Amino acid sequence: MEVLRIATSGSVDDGKSTLIGRLLYDTQSIPQDKMEALHAASKRKGLDFTDLSLLTDGLVAEREQGITIDVAHIYFSTPTRKYIIADTPGHIEYTRNMVTGASNAQVSLILIDARRGIVEQTYRHFFIANLLRIPYLVVCVNKMDLVEYSEARFNQIVEDFQQLLANAGFKGQAVQFVPISSLYGENVATRNGAIDWYQGPTLLAYLEQISFDHEDNRHPARFPVQSVIRPRTTEYHDFRGFAGKVASGHFTVGDEVVSLPSGQKSRIKTIEQFEKQLTVAHARESVIITLEGEIDSSRGNMLVKADQVPAQLKEIQAQICWMDQQPLTAGKTYLLQHGVNRVKAKVQQINYVTDVTSYQAVSDKTQMGLNDIGSITLKTAAPVFADSYAENPANGAFILIDEYNNTTVAVGFIATP
Amino acid sequence: MTHQINWEFPQALEDEAIYILRETAAQFEKPVLLFSGGKDSITLVRLAQKAFYPGKIPFALLHVDTGHNFPETIEFRDWLVNHLGLDIIVRNVQDSIDQGKVQEETGKYASRNALQTVTLLDAIEEGKFDACIGGARRDEEKARAKERIFSVRDEFGQWNAKMQRPELFDILNGKINIGENVRVFPISNWTELDVWNYIRRENLRIPSIYFAHEREIIERDGLYWPYSPYLNTTAEEVPYRQKVRFRTVGDMTCTAAVLSEADKLEDIIAEIMEAKISERGARIDDKRSEAAMEKRKQAGYF
Repeated sequence: MEVLRIATSGSVDDGKSTLIGRLLYDTQSIPQDKMEALHAASKRKGLDFTDLSLLTDGLVAEREQGITIDVAHIYFSTPTRKYIIADTPGHIEYTRNMVTGASNAQVSLILIDARRGIVEQTYRHFFIANLLRIPYLVVCVNKMDLVEYSEARFNQIVEDFQQLLANAGFKGQAVQFVPISSLYGENVATRNGAIDWYQGPTLLAYLEQISFDHEDNRHPARFPVQSVIRPRTTEYHDFRGFAGKVASGHFTVGDEVVSLPSGQKSRIKTIEQFEKQLTVAHARESVIITLEGEIDSSRGNMLVKADQVPAQLKEIQAQICWMDQQPLTAGKTYLLQHGVNRVKAKVQQINYVTDVTSYQAVSDKTQMGLNDIGSITLKTAAPVFADSYAENPANGAFILIDEYNNTTVAVGFIATP
Repeated sequence: MTHQINWEFPQALEDEAIYILRETAAQFEKPVLLFSGGKDSITLVRLAQKAFYPGKIPFALLHVDTGHNFPETIEFRDWLVNHLGLDIIVRNVQDSIDQGKVQEETGKYASRNALQTVTLLDAIEEGKFDACIGGARRDEEKARAKERIFSVRDEFGQWNAKMQRPELFDILNGKINIGENVRVFPISNWTELDVWNYIRRENLRIPSIYFAHEREIIERDGLYWPYSPYLNTTAEEVPYRQKVRFRTVGDMTCTAAVLSEADKLEDIIAEIMEAKISERGARIDDKRSEAAMEKRKQAGYF
């Protein structure tokens, strides 16, 4: 059974939580006791309808303010597919949480209020979906009931959004526009006839037919070593296996591999998954690889195929999203974590900061503040074996960690080589 | 509408959980697996076995025993530990009560559920555990839906929802300051149904109380409470025998039963698919207020 991961985003009051509530409701995913709790909570708030949005705002502070602060993960299934929705905040000051929620998504769902059309937050959300290269983009024009289900209004918003795509140098992900009313459930999972001029699929029907082409299986093979398994028991006295999750591509028994950074070569003897022996390991599978010869490899190293060796980087150009209250300052040293490998890295310079509403690069910045997105140059203490994010996302992203308080302060997308 | 039953377990979830367990073992000095004897922690043990095979599970289990557990759960716990040759540490809420650190609740709804937080935090401090692996799932409860995979707690065990670390892709940052610890949730993205399908696929043994059986119960507030010496009953609450099973395994004072005839896994799964009540709908501890779980998490509950 496949798992489809969706990140939702929209401006405050676009009806994001209502849409999610509606999806759950229409797929019979809300048990009766939760439904009753929703009725009661809506009544307490003085509402004359059941507020499905109360389902997702899980924190006291969120319910008090009626806004989403942090990512909530929500689950529902259809007979064919399991869905994970990362419901991310719409407020500008929680952009970092939006990136957090979107980083694992295959689908970016952007909500637009039919009355207001494209707003500043739409640019920001689209920018992030584009930066992350999320393969599918679904633009839901919501609250169609409040514009009398106007086809002209919908077409106008689609046109405005197409303009936005053109201006942003959009990388060519699939885009689908759906006119909906979350409140009445129109075009979410069912068609009730109010939007008869729309010929396309409902939101759920569109999600159901998205294909998993597993692009990362076609990328070069990368196996970051998480740990070395050495039981040293009588039965497994000489066993030495490299445990890890295939980041991208695939490995087959007999493949010639190189361990980085040592550069030593060997061949794959076995690929194991608990008591099973596999002949091939695909992207995202957690396995143990054993090799024919004894080579030097340990946590943080990477096994790659001998004919697909990644670049060895000591200077990295990357787009980053800064996520800390304390600004990024050129010249400061951080810990760079690329997969399971950590190295020290110094910020050589801030190349530019992007205005995510106009897409203009501002190049005279010496600092990057919370939620800023821009390009920096890093110098690392040891080589990092990475691909560019554009060519292989699974081996092209990293985080920066503040050495003094240990928090994750940035996410980076490698632009070089 | 009747749900179509899907028996297939999404394999991606197992691969993700194994990756998380291996990161935990590699990034921390002294991890421990919080084991309650329930289906989620049994699933965690299986995943840990797979993550390090053919090596041993490189950490111990920690069970905070409230003293009000179902005897069937304790029996199962001892069997599992013995069967797999695991290390287990047991800490008793009774000791915290005897030391005067916590006070037994009184009245009809008295439960030791909240008290176990103190015993847990003491055990973490004594054992110097820097990572506690738990079987919490984000689908259980809305405060849990906000949880990170690596969730940092301060030295008082507190969860600060507004100050959570960003968590990106599958890059896990387990760096912490001395005194802090991380709660690790490898099965965050699983649902109740995923857990049952996994137990079925892996053919795992589980405590007998998950299956329909006859036992003494009382009815209170529309729920079926297991009758035990720990339950404070009123004169009108007369126990009688009834065929029931449990969907979650907590204390005998805070876990309600459901009427059921399901005595094998397939029936349980079919029953869950048809259920009108959520899993935690039978958890009396969650019913105390709308933010019951969030408050307990802030206090250091796992």
